Amino acid sequence: MKSKFTNWWQSGSPWIWLNAGAVSASIIVVFGLLLLIAMRGMGHFWPADIQQIEYQTEDGVKRIIGEHISTEFIGRIRYEESGGKAPEGALEVERRLIKTGNREILGTDFRWLDAQHIKSTDAPKHLAVIEREEWGNFYGYLNTVSEQQQVVATGGAAWSELLKRIERVRDLRAEIHTLERGEIGAINYSLERLRLKRKMLALEGDDTPDNLAAISGEEKVLDQRYQHLRKQLLVLKTEINRDQASFEVMDGRVVNISLANIISALQPNSMGVADKLFQYFHNFKNFMLDDPREANTEGGVFPAIFGTVMMVLLMSILVTPMGVIAALYLREYARQGTMIRIIRIAVNNLAGVPSIVYGVFGLGFFVYFLGGNIDRLFFPEAAPAPVFGTPGLLWASLTLSLLTLPVVIVSTEEGLARIPSALREGSLALGATKFETIWKVVLPMASPAIMTGLILAIARAAGEVAPLMLVGVVKLAPELPLDENFPFMHVERKFMHLGFHIYDVGFQSPNVEAARPLVYATAFLLVMVIVLLNITAIMLRNRLREKFKAFEH
Amino acid sequence: MNESIRKAHSWQQRKRALIDNGARYAIGLGGAGIIFAVVLIFFYLLWVVLPIFKPVEVQPQTRFELPTGDAVDRYLVMEEGGELAARILSSGDIQFFSLADGQIVHQEAIDLPEYGSVIDVVRLDREGRQLALVLDNTRVLFVELKYRVNFHEGKRELIASVAFPYGEEPLALNYIDHITRLAVQRSSDRLLLAALDSDGELLLQSYDVGDDEELSEPENESLITAEGSVDYMLFDANADWFYLADRSGAVVQYSVSDLEDVKLIGHIRLLPPERHLTHLTMLLGGVSMLAADDTGKITQWSLQRDDKNQYGLREVRSFQSDSPLVSLMPEHRRKGMAAINEKGELLIFYTTSERNLFMEKLIDGNVTRAVLSSRADRLLVETSQGYQVLHIDNDYPELSWHALWGQVMYEGYNEPQYSWQSSAANNDFEPKFSFMPLAFGTLKAAFYAMIVAVPLAIMGALYTAYFMSPKMRGWVKPSIEIMGALPTAILGFLAGLWFAPYVEEHLLAVMALAFIFPIGLMLFAWFWTYLPGSVRHHIPEGWHAAVLIPVILFIGWATLVIAPYIELVIFDGNIRGWMLHEFDIGYDQRNAMVVGIAMGLAVIPSIFSISEDAIFSVPKHLVNGSLALGATTWQTLMRVVLLTASPGIFSAVMIGFGRAIGETMIVLMATGNTPLMDASMFQGMRTLSANIAVELPESELGSTHYRILFLAALVLFMVTFVFNTAAEVIRQRLRKRYGSL
Repeated sequence: MKSKFTNWWQSGSPWIWLNAGAVSASIIVVFGLLLLIAMRGMGHFWPADIQQIEYQTEDGVKRIIGEHISTEFIGRIRYEESGGKAPEGALEVERRLIKTGNREILGTDFRWLDAQHIKSTDAPKHLAVIEREEWGNFYGYLNTVSEQQQVVATGGAAWSELLKRIERVRDLRAEIHTLERGEIGAINYSLERLRLKRKMLALEGDDTPDNLAAISGEEKVLDQRYQHLRKQLLVLKTEINRDQASFEVMDGRVVNISLANIISALQPNSMGVADKLFQYFHNFKNFMLDDPREANTEGGVFPAIFGTVMMVLLMSILVTPMGVIAALYLREYARQGTMIRIIRIAVNNLAGVPSIVYGVFGLGFFVYFLGGNIDRLFFPEAAPAPVFGTPGLLWASLTLSLLTLPVVIVSTEEGLARIPSALREGSLALGATKFETIWKVVLPMASPAIMTGLILAIARAAGEVAPLMLVGVVKLAPELPLDENFPFMHVERKFMHLGFHIYDVGFQSPNVEAARPLVYATAFLLVMVIVLLNITAIMLRNRLREKFKAFEH
Repeated sequence: MNESIRKAHSWQQRKRALIDNGARYAIGLGGAGIIFAVVLIFFYLLWVVLPIFKPVEVQPQTRFELPTGDAVDRYLVMEEGGELAARILSSGDIQFFSLADGQIVHQEAIDLPEYGSVIDVVRLDREGRQLALVLDNTRVLFVELKYRVNFHEGKRELIASVAFPYGEEPLALNYIDHITRLAVQRSSDRLLLAALDSDGELLLQSYDVGDDEELSEPENESLITAEGSVDYMLFDANADWFYLADRSGAVVQYSVSDLEDVKLIGHIRLLPPERHLTHLTMLLGGVSMLAADDTGKITQWSLQRDDKNQYGLREVRSFQSDSPLVSLMPEHRRKGMAAINEKGELLIFYTTSERNLFMEKLIDGNVTRAVLSSRADRLLVETSQGYQVLHIDNDYPELSWHALWGQVMYEGYNEPQYSWQSSAANNDFEPKFSFMPLAFGTLKAAFYAMIVAVPLAIMGALYTAYFMSPKMRGWVKPSIEIMGALPTAILGFLAGLWFAPYVEEHLLAVMALAFIFPIGLMLFAWFWTYLPGSVRHHIPEGWHAAVLIPVILFIGWATLVIAPYIELVIFDGNIRGWMLHEFDIGYDQRNAMVVGIAMGLAVIPSIFSISEDAIFSVPKHLVNGSLALGATTWQTLMRVVLLTASPGIFSAVMIGFGRAIGETMIVLMATGNTPLMDASMFQGMRTLSANIAVELPESELGSTHYRILFLAALVLFMVTFVFNTAAEVIRQRLRKRYGSL
């Protein structure tokens, strides 16, 4: 027996198992993390049932209405230290987190309930959840729907009336949005440009009465249009505030809510699986396409998606030529020697330089130095407000293209190195010049490698947050970097970013608990994009390697 | 026909050659340019940082004389921008003159028919905007020097005027007959005044200066008798403390926060017996006092609270001048000072960084008065030979090697500290720029990350490269590498919002897993030898890791289930409370352990990937040779493969370390970001990188704070660059060696 153990010990077999365990643990962690993010992120959109709980408190039994968010078990002693009384013999005490919503009435959205005091749990069919513009979700029973203080529907008919009227409010809201963001936004933009033009004229000494009169004329026209639109807006705003609905909340009070504040109303307890599934995708669509609300803790993440995509696109446009030219120079043109070896090591190492350092460089060099000088030279009329001398999309893209440059260079170089020299020599022997060989033979063959590099660069850039915090990302950007106002692309504007959104909502928002599902959903979105990009890059690279293996034989 | 073809042909040839050459230059230029851009990062950071180390420069600017009549001048004060200065004459005349040429630009006479002359002038605020003129008899008149900018025909001019902030009528003081000394301090809502008469009677009065600025009756007053002679009277900035001192350096401290109850706090001697004070003044902020003696030594005394909660002045540091001072001028906005000594040397010191910034003989003649501008960039000296204006270029005195890396005695602390506290709401604040807590935090975070990452990554790499079946390896390696591509913002968010609260609740289980995993795995391996061969042989060689996945999940689950029972039995059900009671170990929810695990995950892929490559590319004939000589696979792995690949593994660890040092988002979210120096794994930290991310957006362009954050970035850049270069060189040499084997 002993000798068997000693033999086994000495054979190193246990250590092999231990090493295998390290791999298994790493794999479990990778997939566990992805699973965790996926489950929590995807769960956010499911229209969960609303519970009605009879809860025993010191002042008698109370009705609690809300969504069950999570359950936790805490140690008996810690529970009793916080003032509770654990049941006999229990080692752990169960607590449930209930989202009770109705923040403006109850003060908080969430409430911990001790499972032992829960008398009964029920899911009445007519319980409604109302998604609102302000104050977060609302839970309660619909009583009546009224129009200008006149009740128009009660009882069973009220619900369908409410849905109909929410539809109407939704159309009105869309109209108001187009008016405010579109036409009035365009007028404000034009007025701002006229203001700058007037200042510019004064700076250049061209402020003749004629020129000024022309500007004032334009301003007058714009102002008339604005007054006209404002009247329209006023009409719409009174229209949208026409209807009201009254609800009974969990403590029995009756609360009136203006329909202008309601985005959607659901009775999830009466919905079937198919309905819920439909609602699920509807919610997901809204998440992708809506603007954020309530300090980013609710609503969608459209501006963040848009900002991330714009930034990554601009970065790709910048980094691809830079990376390819540098790789061509290093591999095809430069004389291979110690110098090039040093440069190659340096480029490799730049990939390991902390991203925050790039952010610091970007802020100092691009924003303050380049941007500041551009402002002085080309936008004197905007002073003292900076145009390019402040963090913005262009500088963020430039900074990230510098950060991802090593990735593209290394990948492209690898691709160039794999191309058999016979192909180059063949092309040269047929009389092609060096550039023609590179342009027509080498680059097309290296293009999958370039693509691989670019994809990896995009994956890195999409997930990078630290440098962006310094060079252009904001919590809430009032305008998208792309709109219908000339010159359409506003690269000097600040933008929103998915990664920063996660940091900001998860750590800087006043109501972290309420925002948590949204953060998970955003994280899931970002992880999906990045994992897919990486898998594409890995597959592309593997195929490339296979292809060149064939060349070698 | 033929000719034209040839012509076209040769033209085309020329065009091709042109393009080829053009491309060569363009690519050469582009390539060099991009590589230059990369070098630029380093030099730009350096360029921003360098001004910090620039020595102080002082340039004499102008000299002029002002007409002197019968009246003597009592006071000299400079306007904020350093364009104008004003002097107050005993006759009650206030003259404003240009510092560029000495022209008097404005003059105002204060009506003094009854009271005769101005005998002394005392400033109410540090910058000397409001002044109290002591008239003979017991009257005090408050004036304010105002400046406003006017654009006249496109030219900018500064218009000076005199105003009376607390009424045009001089204030008459009761109880005392003849003011020999006056001290006034304006704090946020009250004005405190101390007047001494020739009999040693000291009158303290406080006035409410709320909304109406007119001085009414004193809100409170108190009359005390000074012990011995009084040569200096000082208030602190908040008018809580009041100091009386004589020439021998004996100081009496009073608490005057409530004038109904003026308390004597204590006596202290600032100087050894045979010395005498030449100057005694407050440093900015009013916490420290600067005392200059007749040997030219300047000592900083700071108000501190001792163990018994008693306030008292304590010596903090001192500076030395070759000869006694004739003027000592604390700066208005920083904790620095300028001084002039009897030899005419100008000296500039900074207290926090303990730097002697400047010393040069620049001033001729006997100095009668000297004044420093608010920005401390101009000095006006009044000498027997007229006025001299000097320009001082001293933007970054706060930093020194000692201030960055050493323990510094800050104001209000009892012991020298390593401290980072870069800004505060008020201007009187002493910035604390010590890199030590940040560097410590960075290394601490990286250290815990490496403890998690190195064993897992290297052991995993050993198994993956050496034992794992190729098919499984094809899946495992990319999977782990994908973890390296996960945005660190997501890892940080999970660590901060999910993992940290989870660990707090399940502390025992999480800590126990570190031991239970290896032991459990070994037990399982032993158990495996007892399984019937049919089961064992069902699992192909190189698939151990797959078998272990359910085992590890089971161990983890079992630990989580059992841990609360163990916690209840051994630790009274609360391990955090138990640690605090038994060992005085505090627990912070976002701590080094959480960061270590989260950042460990971020670092594992880099270390795993590189060391796996190094192990996998160990030449096969070495392995085969060892096996052929009878060594077991494990022996071969340990003595041949590991040894050969060790430089590669080492370089992998270095790269991982470099990544851990620079990682920002994880530490930003998973720690409390408090710059403490505590090595405990249950306490948080603040790292250099997180510090940059938090503070740089709010720092003012070109300020000391801005440049010091660039210095932090430069330090990070250089450290990671050195680590990565070393790793890269090692790897290249290893590749060469493999090639030769």
